[in-house]
Amino acid sequence: MNASVAPDPMLPQPWRVQAVRRETADVVSLDLVPLAGAPMPFKPGQFNMLYAFGIGEVPVSLSGDPADASRFVHTVRAVGAVSGAIAAATPGTVLGLRGPFGSAWPVAAAAGHDILIIAGGLGLAPLRPAIYHVLANSERFGRIAVLYGSRGPAELLFHDELARWRGRLDMEVEITVDHADPSWHGRVGVVPGLIDKVAFDPKNTVALVCGPEVMIRFTVAGLRAAGVADDHVHVSMERNMKCAVGLCGHCQFGPDFVCKDGAVLAYDRIAARLAAREI
Amino acid sequence: METLERLLLGHPFFTDLDPAIGRILVGCARNLRFAPGEFLFRENEPANEFFLVREGNVALELHVPGRPPLVIGTLGAGEIVGASWLVPPYRWNFDARAVAATRAFGIDAACLRDKCEADHHLGYEMMKRLLPVMVGRMQAARQQLLDVYGHPGT
Repeated sequence: MNASVAPDPMLPQPWRVQAVRRETADVVSLDLVPLAGAPMPFKPGQFNMLYAFGIGEVPVSLSGDPADASRFVHTVRAVGAVSGAIAAATPGTVLGLRGPFGSAWPVAAAAGHDILIIAGGLGLAPLRPAIYHVLANSERFGRIAVLYGSRGPAELLFHDELARWRGRLDMEVEITVDHADPSWHGRVGVVPGLIDKVAFDPKNTVALVCGPEVMIRFTVAGLRAAGVADDHVHVSMERNMKCAVGLCGHCQFGPDFVCKDGAVLAYDRIAARLAAREI
Repeated sequence: METLERLLLGHPFFTDLDPAIGRILVGCARNLRFAPGEFLFRENEPANEFFLVREGNVALELHVPGRPPLVIGTLGAGEIVGASWLVPPYRWNFDARAVAATRAFGIDAACLRDKCEADHHLGYEMMKRLLPVMVGRMQAARQQLLDVYGHPGT
């Protein structure tokens, strides 16, 4: 599942920030281009290690279009020293980049099925490449639905794209927020509550789920209740990824290294581990 | 009345309901329409009606002085609104406001409670349908309390 990587996967390559788009108060999307050569191909769901020189390195999923070979797009939330420095980058800033690493959303295997793409919070960013792929090949899929939840209306990512997707006839988009005031005319509630709001055949559905782990667990319970089989559910795990190539062990999750075997994993493979506090 | 009975039993809350029970329930039911912004009920009013949304969107809101009301949840087509009619003192705890043009069935709460009391088969059937909805909403409210999208570590 791994895409080709830079010759030395441990050596950060210099990439320049070409453009910055503010998504929310603390989330930005960065367009990155390499100082030398061209971006390598990536698969939806893969991530890079981004290095703020002198500060540190963090894993960030690719959030752009995998068919766009001109740049990498990363969507970053400023939550710590490293992500804060990366999110504060301006056009021209040079960052270190390793990868792409990790497994991918099984978009090719999902062809012929209904597909539910379910995101919570910043989890829409790692799923956006899968959405681009599915929409570019919509004739290969059955019904397509994106279910998305966030903390509040101000924290919703990719406003303009959500509006465009909602206007398409070949997909359904349902959005909910945990809290809102009456100026918000959309849904208020949790993501699992969206599952029964869209049409799909549970026996022939592939679900891709990304968000906080608690949200993933409740969402998978909702998918199970709706009749979607565990082996048709794929989730993206978040763990403390450091080396990104399965050497250091920081992201070990039972028998898997999330950086190398994930971050996208089939739910039936990890179901027993997800509920275990000791792992 | 036949039309109301057919429509009422067509609501997802009553899926596969024994038609004999449906004939009993329809005597308590009426058709309702709410314009956007109109309240189905207000906090502390008597909870004297049970609503089944057919179309539209309803926000459950909590009024807080000095700031906009807080929307606790929204309920749409196929969902039910209101549980306070079930338990004494039968008063609403929140406001319910139509966000969009909304059509609903209203079931007179005293009428329904009386029929459930008189016919425990009907009462048990209602409980089996109401309890999963209430448990689901309690679990959803707990998830909202977790603030899972908040900043890690805060």
